[in-house]
Amino acid sequence: MRPAAIRTALIWLALASAPAGALEVYTVVGDTIPAPLGGKIGDPERGRALVLDRTQGNCLICHQVPEPNEPFQGTIGPDLAGVGARLDTGQLRLRLVDASLLNPQTVMPPYFRNQGLQDVAPAFRDRPALTAQEIEDVVTYLASLRTP
Amino acid sequence: MTSASRVVATALLALAGAAGAEEIKPGSAFLSPQMQRQQEDEARNPGWLWVEQGEELFSRRDGVAPTCASCHADPKRSLRGAAARYPQVDAAGGKLINLEGRIEQCRVERQKQPAFGYESQELLGLTAYVASLSQGVPLSVSTEGAAKPYYEAGKSFYERRQGQLNLACTQCHDGLVGQKLRGDTISYGIGTGFPAYRLEWNGLGSLHRRLRACSLGVRATQFDYGSDEYLALELYLAVRARGLPVEAPGLRR
Ligand code: HEC
Ligand code: HEC
Repeated sequence: MRPAAIRTALIWLALASAPAGALEVYTVVGDTIPAPLGGKIGDPERGRALVLDRTQGNCLICHQVPEPNEPFQGTIGPDLAGVGARLDTGQLRLRLVDASLLNPQTVMPPYFRNQGLQDVAPAFRDRPALTAQEIEDVVTYLASLRTP
Repeated sequence: MTSASRVVATALLALAGAAGAEEIKPGSAFLSPQMQRQQEDEARNPGWLWVEQGEELFSRRDGVAPTCASCHADPKRSLRGAAARYPQVDAAGGKLINLEGRIEQCRVERQKQPAFGYESQELLGLTAYVASLSQGVPLSVSTEGAAKPYYEAGKSFYERRQGQLNLACTQCHDGLVGQKLRGDTISYGIGTGFPAYRLEWNGLGSLHRRLRACSLGVRATQFDYGSDEYLALELYLAVRARGLPVEAPGLRR
């Protein structure tokens, strides 16, 4: 990771450990977050449901996944088929938690961040898009997508 | 200038012109061919039902109040092109207003009648009717003088990341044009087709209703109908669409 990205990560760490709306603290190593958030154990079936659910991950607005019964999958981000073979769980976790740590211009939303966001709708304010448990569920599901 | 350099200069001009003209396309260019044809066919584009209702309201008398037609005789000519110049700063109030705002102002101040209210069927009908009189007229809003700060505010709104999904308008409507977001093909996000009939709404809706949908999409604050924030944004979108024709009533998914 570039020094700038590491610095950003440290700033988020500092913010995340602040008392108001505190999120589980994580450590960035290279382009990964090696340890599961809050030590949670992910469940791939729950992860799959979160990815497909329009009110939760809603990942299919941008990505394709190997789900033949899901019509209208997005073409904005990379196809997620085989992503578990391309990236290890630590890399998946970092990209889901806050892809802007790697690419400040990224279109991929930060799913585990509740600070530094503007004009968040009241219903979503102060909480991340996915909880630590949900991030782990989605990471476990993505890791299972091994066939390109 | 030598003839050779004149040829080069002309070629460069032609290139510059082509690039400028090609840059931004209307929302209808991103519809399926069937929906494009349906939008153009007055008998099959449901938006024209609202236009007809608006046309009726335009000459309907409410008590002793003058009708719209009393002040705007021969509207097909006198109001042709009006919609293409909105939003604009109201000379009397000094504030930016859009077409809906102007119609409500006429209703309240000149007709002395209670406002219809944003997104009421009456205001949608009148707005669609007046906008339809400008079909084909290129947008030509002003950003001079008192309009300038609104333009600046609209531009920074458009470029600023917002909401829990942390996305800016420009990331989708410049960066991802032509890409699929679920079943939609992302357009340049300009408002030349509004008010538009949206299948998802099962009815006609204003541009501000569409903007509220994009705000909600990124889980950002939805501003009020007619708010300064969306008016400024509307002005910025109209500047991006300068030279493109008014297409209202549009037809959308
Ligand atoms: C608004 C669009 C958008 C949404 C919503 C979105 N993503 Fe992404 N995603 C992207 C883009 C664009 C990239 C490429 C990132 C980059 O290059 O900076 C990406 C990258 C990724 C990557 C890395 C893939 C690789 O091959 O490197 C993963 C994994 C991923 N997204 C998973 C998800 C999951 C899971 C969700 C939902 C919980 C999601 N994304 C929601 C746009 C999106
Ligand atoms: C995550 C992607 C995304 C973001 C961010 C986004 N939009 Fe959109 N927008 C869409 C999609 C998809 C549509 C429907 C397809 C289309 O017409 O572009 C749409 C439609 C529109 C339309 C209607 C275009 C037409 O002709 O029907 C306008 C206007 C618009 N957006 C403006 C905005 C503005 C202004 C913002 C920022 C406040 C914004 N959008 C943010 C994805 C987005």
